[in-house]
Amino acid sequence: MTGLVGAVAFVVLAPVVGGLIAGLDRILSARLQARVGPPVLQPFWDVLKLLSKRRALVTVFQEYYAGCFLLFAIVAGAIFFGGGDLLLTVFSLALAGVFLVLGAYAPNSPYSTIGAERELLQMMAYEPMLLIAALGCFMATGSFHVDAIYAHPTALVGRLPGVFLGLLFVLTIKLRKSPFDLSASHHAHQELVRGLTTEFSGPTLALVEVGHWYETVLLLGLVYLFLAALGPWVALAGVVVVYALEVLADNIFARLTWRVTVASAWTVAAILGATNLLAVHYLKQ
Amino acid sequence: MGIMSKSPWILHYDGSSCNGCDIEVLACLTPLYDVERFGIVNTGNPKHADILLITGAVNEQNKEVVTNLYAQMPDPKVVVALGTCATSGGIFRECYNVQGGIDTTIPVDVYVPGCAVRPEAIIEGVVKALGVLELRAAGKAQTHTPTGKVKA
Ligand code: SF4
Repeated sequence: MTGLVGAVAFVVLAPVVGGLIAGLDRILSARLQARVGPPVLQPFWDVLKLLSKRRALVTVFQEYYAGCFLLFAIVAGAIFFGGGDLLLTVFSLALAGVFLVLGAYAPNSPYSTIGAERELLQMMAYEPMLLIAALGCFMATGSFHVDAIYAHPTALVGRLPGVFLGLLFVLTIKLRKSPFDLSASHHAHQELVRGLTTEFSGPTLALVEVGHWYETVLLLGLVYLFLAALGPWVALAGVVVVYALEVLADNIFARLTWRVTVASAWTVAAILGATNLLAVHYLKQ
Repeated sequence: MGIMSKSPWILHYDGSSCNGCDIEVLACLTPLYDVERFGIVNTGNPKHADILLITGAVNEQNKEVVTNLYAQMPDPKVVVALGTCATSGGIFRECYNVQGGIDTTIPVDVYVPGCAVRPEAIIEGVVKALGVLELRAAGKAQTHTPTGKVKA
């Protein structure tokens, strides 16, 4: 029953929270650049405006895939916040990513194709670390179920510091922040700004935006899970600090190449993630 | 104020300007003017844009580009001609390859003269354009086909 409440709360509240986070993100970025920045509700105005624009598609598949991206981002989050299987969450999230890539491939435009290819490389970069994170949770608590992991008395970050740091690393990729915002960026100073979303417009782009809000809330929920046993306030503060660091990184780094992205993400997964798992395994015995 | 004017996304295209006006457009994004305060974003992508800002005149080479960009923007949309070159051809008007102002190729909604056009004037022009955009979204202003013909 509590699981259902969590899942429904996610479906209803995540767009609100995600939109507010996006708004605060934009204000914080602007302040870091000595600007005032937009109102905090700006992302909501943007999405409402996109919804009121005329529906213009290159191919109907764009709309279909964007809808599937949103759907599976919601499914992944609902499983997670409903206390379901962590592995299933990671796989649903990957599926959502695949639909977004298919949507970017569909119109056959060069920019959008580059964006799609880079998004695939990004997925290749972050997927191992996400799986290691799920596996780490299992090894530390004996369960893949989010509610069991959540109820575990000792904080996961204590047993899995390496996995946690690795997770923060791939979070930068997943949140589309510099230096890993290869496929689509929030800022207009990169060589390819809207690669992945070039061909999405109006209402279809709104679906992608809202899907991204859901993803953001889910990922921050995953960070929270690692800190949960420290108490809600400490954990929440931890999540805020993590997100602020992501915004800081976004503003001080230039974009890296895909080679460096994949190599560094895998190195981090191997060194921080896998070593941590081995340590947990042998210390248990 | 409707939703359209709360989130105007801009596409900036440099026709054949001397780059003077373009520098001023970019100046609008800097901390001094910071147009993102009004939700204005420089998208660089016609499919995401609501307002087309054009600097410089239309010439034989870029007229197709201009019409193509215009056609790719989803309705409702507005066009702002920035600088004397964009409004009338300016000092390049008599050049052998120059066709004239932007309105020789696509319908222009707001004309902002100046050489170079000042950031304050650009912002005012965009605000005026938002008025047109709102009217157009409400179906109270003339709309055009993708090729710039007046819709019945
Ligand atoms: S109006 Fe003046 S500053 Fe602007 S593009 Fe023309 S010549 Fe350059």
